[in-house]
Amino acid sequence: MSASSTPLTAVNGTDLLLWVAIPYTCLAVFAVGHVWRYRKDQFGWTSRTSQLLEHRWLRWGSPLFHLGAFAVIGGHVVGLAVPASWTRAVGISEHAYHTAAVALGSVAGVAMVVGLGMLCARRLLAPRIRTRTSHSDKLLFPLLSATVLLGIAATVVHNIAGGGYDYRSTVSVWFRGLFALQPQPEAITGAPLLFQLHALTACLLFAAWPFTRLVHVWSAPIGYLRRPYLVYRRTAATTTYGSHPGSAQHKPAAPKVTR
Amino acid sequence: MRVMAQVAMVMNLDKCIGCHTCSVTCKQTWTNRTGVEYAWFNNVETKPGVGYPRRYEDQEHWKGGWMLDRRGRLVLRSGGRLKRLASLFSNPDLPAIEDYYEPVTYDYDNLVTASAGHDVPVARPRSVLTGKPTSITWGANWEDGLGGASETAGGDPNLSGGLAEKVRFEFEQTFMFHLPRLCEHCLNPACVSACPSGAMYKRVEDGIVLVDQDRCRGWRMCVTACPYKKVYINHATGKAEKCTFCFPRIEAGQPTVCSETCVGRLRYLGLVLYDADRVGEAAATPDEKDLLEAQRDVFLDPADPDVRAAARESGIPEDWIDAARRSPVRALISEYKVALPLHPEYRTLPMVWYVPPLSPVLDAVGEAGGNAEDPDHVFAAVTRLRIPLDYLANLFAAGDTDVVAGVLMKLTALRSYMRQRTLGEQGDDAALKAVGLTPTQAEDMHRLLAIAKYADRYVIPAAHKEDAAALSAMENRCPVESSGDPGEPAVERKIMLGIPTLRRRSTAGDDLAGGAA
Repeated sequence: MSASSTPLTAVNGTDLLLWVAIPYTCLAVFAVGHVWRYRKDQFGWTSRTSQLLEHRWLRWGSPLFHLGAFAVIGGHVVGLAVPASWTRAVGISEHAYHTAAVALGSVAGVAMVVGLGMLCARRLLAPRIRTRTSHSDKLLFPLLSATVLLGIAATVVHNIAGGGYDYRSTVSVWFRGLFALQPQPEAITGAPLLFQLHALTACLLFAAWPFTRLVHVWSAPIGYLRRPYLVYRRTAATTTYGSHPGSAQHKPAAPKVTR
Repeated sequence: MRVMAQVAMVMNLDKCIGCHTCSVTCKQTWTNRTGVEYAWFNNVETKPGVGYPRRYEDQEHWKGGWMLDRRGRLVLRSGGRLKRLASLFSNPDLPAIEDYYEPVTYDYDNLVTASAGHDVPVARPRSVLTGKPTSITWGANWEDGLGGASETAGGDPNLSGGLAEKVRFEFEQTFMFHLPRLCEHCLNPACVSACPSGAMYKRVEDGIVLVDQDRCRGWRMCVTACPYKKVYINHATGKAEKCTFCFPRIEAGQPTVCSETCVGRLRYLGLVLYDADRVGEAAATPDEKDLLEAQRDVFLDPADPDVRAAARESGIPEDWIDAARRSPVRALISEYKVALPLHPEYRTLPMVWYVPPLSPVLDAVGEAGGNAEDPDHVFAAVTRLRIPLDYLANLFAAGDTDVVAGVLMKLTALRSYMRQRTLGEQGDDAALKAVGLTPTQAEDMHRLLAIAKYADRYVIPAAHKEDAAALSAMENRCPVESSGDPGEPAVERKIMLGIPTLRRRSTAGDDLAGGAA
């Protein structure tokens, strides 16, 4: 890790552990865990759909959660990865930024919380789902819920009810420091407890990620939009795509071989 | 011309006695595992009846198969690619477990462990999904032998118009037959086309449609897209599973388990050669009633030297071309034209075909006081008795009664002619002429339909040695190593976080209360 920046010596051991050691460990587990699981466990790599067994709660809960999560993730990318100086440079004032962030974030956050609530509820209340809940789910659902609730709580307490807390000059600095390999634990040590807890549970969530059903995120089937409809394979396992009026209207014949 | 070979099946429905041996042996072989208790890769349903899953033939509701859009282009009925991705989070057209049935086991333990008392101990049903006592209210063939059909069979989607009422009210005079169903291994498979991860594929060598268990991500679009509802979700692994056409047996030149064990010997297996370049065109035929002929046109005649040359060029081995020539399936479909596809209007070009049953018509002739032995009476009945004919046409000919009537008359003429021959008479070939058959053809057809031996019914060329490396690679990739048998050591199946070493093993069964078998 970085030996160049002096601030590392200026914080005590606990902070070093919480804001440097744990995040890096979690990220390492995240990365190595994914490589390992992808290579070892393609069979277990799935969204683990349970719609067959229960669909009434899922009907609303799942889209609310997923769409809310997309917006929340997008918000985090902007809030954490983009320095405040950049948004100021394009003429967005601090006030305007926070108003927009709180407004959009609230909608997304509420959707995600309601959705996750419904998904948790069916997992607890629908006997068919409950008995089919795996160990990894028993880890994932509480961890994800804790992260989401702490994030919402931090926003409500400090940015909606409170006077407004500028996490972009503290939490975000710490976050970017991790990836710049110049950890700045001191940036987050002064942040409110809720933000700190949110950051820590998020780290744990990332560490757990490769071992849970969350891996299905990386299999989002974007390629389907461009793939020809029919898939042929030889037993030697090369994939051939066939022609089809539904997919390749104007170019019949000539199968393309990929992979 | 791009010649491809397809292992296909024909079933002679007049011979099906509805014994379910095919279903049971299939289940024992492929789906006696946790997660697919409710799944029957092969099932037998009573017709008229709502089927399994309930009303699966109602594509207005379930959105299976293909349709033509306003501009005449072939599109999946469940919607385009964007719509499919948008419904990943919650698939609006996915059957629920209630549409199949809630799988149960019984408290067998109670039979031997119950303490002595005045009452005989009973084995009560227990849901396999929850482990709790349950009552059995539905099954894969609930209306077996038309039991309760007066209440439920009206829901059969094939009973269009006034048919439903007639069947309901003329229950005593109605007809029934059994319909064994398995994956159709379609030439234009909707499930493959709908799979977002590209995990489903059609094998180039023999046309078998499979799910790559390592690439399936559980998006469950295949279940919706398949109009026959023959792709199932394994709720323990979260992946799709389907009939494999017993490919390990087919590769070894053996018939599928359902065919091998068929008591009525009504199944035929063989190769069909077809032109893969014309599949899309045939599936997009504007008029539904022309789909049958369009699909027959896609098939190629292996006796034709041009076809043989093209087949060789496409890499089809010589013994396969010969096998295609001897194929009983090809004969029944293309030569005698007595086999018909199930629901050609789904536009998937299915490859399990059926010789429609004559018995409903013969029953009707008997009911009406006619002589079921007399071809004239039967011919008259075929043209006059609308109920069985309309129904069979809705099943096998997109509603075209002429097609079904033609086949039934052919079968009638054949029966009458061969009866006379068997009784030592010359045989009156007037009836044969009327349906366009020669006496020689009739003899051949009779041999194939009535007395064909094992080797005549199943003409399956073994896979080739030069492919052996690839095939043995498949051996380690069998998707069903775990039997789900509770006798298996539980230790192996309990793993922290419930993943990686669970390869090929299902998790969820562990949490079940005892009894689930």
